[in-house]
Amino acid sequence: MDLLDFARGPALQVAAYIFVAGILWRLIGILMLKEKPEFSEPRGPGGLMAALKVIYTRSFTAAPFKRATMYPKMLGYVLHIGFFVVIFLFVPHIVFFEGFLGFDWPGLPNNVIYLSGVATVVAGLALLVRRLTNPVLKLISNFDDYFSWFVTMLPIVTGLIMPVRMGVRYETLLAIHILSVAVLMIWLPFGKLGHSFLVFVTRGTTGMVFERRGAKT
Amino acid sequence: MTTVDGRHTLDREAERLAYKPPEVRHDIQGDMKTEERIEKAMRHFVKNFNSQTASYLDGCLHCGMCADACHFHVRTDDPRYTPIWKLELFKQAYKREAGPFAFFYRLFGFKKKVTIDQLEEWQHLLYDSCTVCGRCSLVCPMGIDIAGLVSMARHGMFMAGLIPHELHEVAKRAAETGSPLGITPDKFEDRVEWMADEHDVDIPMDVEQADVLAVMSSIEIQKYPQSIAATAKILNAAGESWTFRTDGYEATNFGMLSGNPGWQKDATMKLINTAIKIGAKLIVLPECGHAYMALRWMGANMYGKPLPFKVMHISEYMADALNKGKIKVRKVDTSVTYHDPCQVSRRGGATQAARDVIRHLGVDFREMEYGGDYNWCCGGGGGVVTIKRADPLRHRVFKLKMDQVEKTEADELLSSCANCRQSFDDSQEHFNWDYKMGSLMEMVAENLEDEA
Repeated sequence: MDLLDFARGPALQVAAYIFVAGILWRLIGILMLKEKPEFSEPRGPGGLMAALKVIYTRSFTAAPFKRATMYPKMLGYVLHIGFFVVIFLFVPHIVFFEGFLGFDWPGLPNNVIYLSGVATVVAGLALLVRRLTNPVLKLISNFDDYFSWFVTMLPIVTGLIMPVRMGVRYETLLAIHILSVAVLMIWLPFGKLGHSFLVFVTRGTTGMVFERRGAKT
Repeated sequence: MTTVDGRHTLDREAERLAYKPPEVRHDIQGDMKTEERIEKAMRHFVKNFNSQTASYLDGCLHCGMCADACHFHVRTDDPRYTPIWKLELFKQAYKREAGPFAFFYRLFGFKKKVTIDQLEEWQHLLYDSCTVCGRCSLVCPMGIDIAGLVSMARHGMFMAGLIPHELHEVAKRAAETGSPLGITPDKFEDRVEWMADEHDVDIPMDVEQADVLAVMSSIEIQKYPQSIAATAKILNAAGESWTFRTDGYEATNFGMLSGNPGWQKDATMKLINTAIKIGAKLIVLPECGHAYMALRWMGANMYGKPLPFKVMHISEYMADALNKGKIKVRKVDTSVTYHDPCQVSRRGGATQAARDVIRHLGVDFREMEYGGDYNWCCGGGGGVVTIKRADPLRHRVFKLKMDQVEKTEADELLSSCANCRQSFDDSQEHFNWDYKMGSLMEMVAENLEDEA
């Protein structure tokens, strides 16, 4: 078994198991904790619709905070959108997903994907510089923040250097790229990258609690 | 030739009334040993972890945006005042003791036990520099209710005997005498009689059966007793069957603010039991922000089932009575701006009520820039106004509020919270500021039309 076989085979498979099990473990660990019943008389509708509303609305910044948070928010949008474009709209990735999903979808031209990847890395670097220099972020950051940044950037960077080659075999570069994805999948459920699924829980919870009060969400 | 003394740098930039961080003073209550304090803090931190708090504590991105919404950080640039940092110990306790990966955190020592030094340092962050105003909760991209978590973290601090002395004293007095300012039932009755005479208004007291139970804040009874008369005038004008009661009149809840759920429940149950005893269909809460949170949104949960009566803040009551034509007011020829009490508006959902009342008063209403739900807090909420050592910081923070008010150029500044009013009065005196905080309820009472 060569490196590419290992990466494509057992590495990715184990990573996928850990990815799914870790997410389930974390979600169940949170959702199984006791919940106090709510007896106050509601002013507005809570429930699922309130949760869905805030899951959507909190993607945007309220007017009073726009100026102060504009820079990191913009970088955040670029990072997230760029990341999603690269993962889900790059044709070789779609072919990979089709392998186990059984269906495909249209992709984007390679140069658009490349541009998205570069934008993602630039936004990531700018966010890292901000984390290293902003007094608030310096204080509140820990290992998780830096390691999560590293494992998020790794697949993008290893993907971007594949056309460059630099004398390295394509198969080796591909294996490294896949292994970096495996590392990301293994880490995602455990650290702050868990926000990718927890965001629905936190926003949803706030939506249900505060919409029920008729309060600002 | 003049020589310059090089020992002192020339400072042309510092603001007048510049802020100096308060001297570090960590208060302790009781004579527990250090280990016992830590154990109690951890145990009572953990007690609060449910799926809601867990998702919040697990979901933080460390993006730091909450710092931009917090008046304490905005005015000082001190990163320690970043709202989520105020919860660092609470988070540490959660991850070590209750989170989904707590076992690994303990096994590998990733999250250490909190230390007494940390707990003492966080006393300043959880009490002196947080009014639980909830502005940070609105900026969080994850939707984490940071302010709600601060209230819960206070439980551990209280049980470990690690809260500011003044707040502890006030909360203890409330638990022992029924009032944070020591207003006993006799004193309350005296004040009510005095106001009835002074304002020539009927004030029913200790009526055995009534539809409406009106309650007051000790701050009003002590500092703004005219509020008693104003409440009576409004309820009389609306033709309500109502009463004050000497066995349930105190609306403030310093058990909640200080972090003692037992005391919080006692204060809440006193009002609930009184209302049930007289067969009340409605409790009208006074101009007090946290009283609204304590009874309107937390009362039924303390009771353990839905309340058999409705709960309204006085601004909601007035809006409802005016909208239904139960009371009428004369038009008032002045310009007004309104300061929203955080617990009534932003966190309580009754933002519109005050605006309805103001509309009926026919004044030239000048909303503050980003007023209403995004209003800057007065700086004195969450019990902060009771903490003397926090005064320099609170005054520093109040500057944001002053700017917000002054920009409106309104003739009058109104609010619907006696705690905000007290905080405004104190800061107004400190800054020798022209604006004087008035009461929305008193403006309504003074302008009631005789015939509704």
